[in-house]
Amino acid sequence: MILDETSLTALWWAVILSGIYHGINPGMGWPLAVSAGLMERRNSALPKALGLLALGHLLAMLAILLPFSLMTMLLIWEDELRIGAGLLVIAMGVYLLINRQHPKMLARVHPARLALWSFLAAMAHGAGLMLVPVYLGICAIDASEVGHQAARTLMAGNVQNALAVAFIHTAAMTMAGGILATVIYFWLGLKFLSKTWFNLDVIWAISLILVGIFGVYSAYSGH
Amino acid sequence: MNMRPDPTFHATAQLAMQAPVENYGFTVMLSPDGENPDGIAVVDLNPKSKTYGQIVHQVIVPNKGDEFHHFGWNACSSALSPLTGHAFLERRYLIVPGIRSSRIYIIDVKDPLKAKIHKTIEPEELFKKTGYSRPHTIHCGPEGIYVSTLGGGGEDGTNGPPGIFIMDCETFDIIGRYEMDRGPQDKHYDFWWNLPQDYMVSSEWGLPPQFENGIVPEDLLSNKYGHSIHFWDLRKRKNVQTIDFGENYQMALEVRPAHDPAKSYGFCGVVVDTTNLQGAIFTWWRDDDGTWQAKKTITIDPVPTDADELPELLKGFAAVPPLVTDIDLSLDDKYLYVACWGLGEMHQYDVSDPMNPVLSGKVELGGISAHHKHPNGKDFAYGPQMVEISRDGKRVYWTNSLYSSWDDQFYPNDSGGQMVMAHVGENGGLTLDKDFYVDFPKGYRSHQIRLEGGDCSTDSFCYPNV
Repeated sequence: MILDETSLTALWWAVILSGIYHGINPGMGWPLAVSAGLMERRNSALPKALGLLALGHLLAMLAILLPFSLMTMLLIWEDELRIGAGLLVIAMGVYLLINRQHPKMLARVHPARLALWSFLAAMAHGAGLMLVPVYLGICAIDASEVGHQAARTLMAGNVQNALAVAFIHTAAMTMAGGILATVIYFWLGLKFLSKTWFNLDVIWAISLILVGIFGVYSAYSGH
Repeated sequence: MNMRPDPTFHATAQLAMQAPVENYGFTVMLSPDGENPDGIAVVDLNPKSKTYGQIVHQVIVPNKGDEFHHFGWNACSSALSPLTGHAFLERRYLIVPGIRSSRIYIIDVKDPLKAKIHKTIEPEELFKKTGYSRPHTIHCGPEGIYVSTLGGGGEDGTNGPPGIFIMDCETFDIIGRYEMDRGPQDKHYDFWWNLPQDYMVSSEWGLPPQFENGIVPEDLLSNKYGHSIHFWDLRKRKNVQTIDFGENYQMALEVRPAHDPAKSYGFCGVVVDTTNLQGAIFTWWRDDDGTWQAKKTITIDPVPTDADELPELLKGFAAVPPLVTDIDLSLDDKYLYVACWGLGEMHQYDVSDPMNPVLSGKVELGGISAHHKHPNGKDFAYGPQMVEISRDGKRVYWTNSLYSSWDDQFYPNDSGGQMVMAHVGENGGLTLDKDFYVDFPKGYRSHQIRLEGGDCSTDSFCYPNV
């Protein structure tokens, strides 16, 4: 049980750290918040833009996590589900590694539709998928702790977990992106926009593959 | 693939102005009779270099008769758009279309002294994928490289209206037509946009039969060249409003929006007003209720001239029209440069108040009847035409040819190609540099100039000045 508690803590930290990681990636939208503040010539436009970006990101997380939380009802398939999810995340990572084209789809969104843009950006990058192995790990520990409760109780717990994972992750992401956007907007200036902009494509794809491998491994090893 | 954005990409026009200055220029070499293949001249612009002001390399293409005119970059500061979230393109290739052949060359200028052809797109591919012909203006936009065309399908380019098509910015494959709803737009010339505000403006010259074999005087006098500009919802690909300047405002050519994307105005140059031979500049802007407006804010008068001094085309008018053929706006949105190709003058207007431009500088060079000499004592063929401003706004470069067959009508006795440069004074004003005078190789004329690292008519900025 002590091991479980440590694992659980580690998994929740993974939720927070992945949020920070997503937040500092310019591909998840913090430059849009800077641009909104400057275009509207109002400081208040910046937090408003961050809020809309957060909303889109949250919805993208839920769109991926909630279907998985329903599938956890199939208790006897738990390992298969976790392995399958891990493989799916690995596949997304491999796809992003191979397909390195300049993204066009996101550029089609109107610049003012920030929540939609953020939702699509998270989907296109597999941001939600990156959380799935972590989420299923949390659910698995919970399941072993509560023992053989009724499936309904467990599922309710898993939906709560999905919401908690999505909220905490999005909060961490918004915090990280928000700090970067604010510092650049108020103090550093736009020169730092291009200076802090690193190409995370490969690292991002590898992150997905690693998280996927973790998911498959932890399912095999029992957690 | 780079790990960092290209250092020549700038978030704002202001930052682009502070960037290191240009070391090289790329200028079109046009063989007007198609006897030699066209090319791109690489001009040394570094005053500390031994070869300053000389053509240090030439990329001569393998085909004849392409007729190079305008060209542009594969990537610019628009790559920093927060919407793509992916700024890692490289400003490395020039997209050079032939407006007569419809062939497009992609020229790799990573090392300007070894610039070479990277890829050639044959006209058939363009015809097949877009139904357009005669590619012209290049801009880097949200979904790739946007290219305007002057002709539709068919031998003479009149089968269907001309428009814009999109190319992939990495593979240079032609993706297809841009327009979903072109409204009344049936001619094309230039276009530019404001990316964060999501609008585009396009202009009109004329259809291929109206320019390829020379200007058609009957069409001009019956006001059949373009005289409207079109406003588009950029991402919906829809023409939302057309403003007709009036049919006497013949040939609405260059579109120059303010570089700062927080501003919603820009300029458009009109070659000639057929009621009085004036040249004109219109300021266009967006009202508070979102409607586009345009107003004539600059007029330049023709100069009465003895018919004996005039080419056949103008004898009946006994005057030299200014012929406003190109305009360019400095990155700080402060000075608008206006080429008066007929008069032989380059004007500098202070457009700090875009509704009330003030003439702040002027250079006289060439001209149909004036034939002003360069301060170095040499002749300048034709008149000031394609103009390009350094990013810092301190140097203005220009060349002299308008379009092969038109040059011969307006200047039947001139030949040759030159590129010159003028310095901008601290508080405006324009002075030709006596020592900068690039004479093009025999048989070549010169046209558009592009500066290494971007210039005042290539880059689209995605963030406002602070």
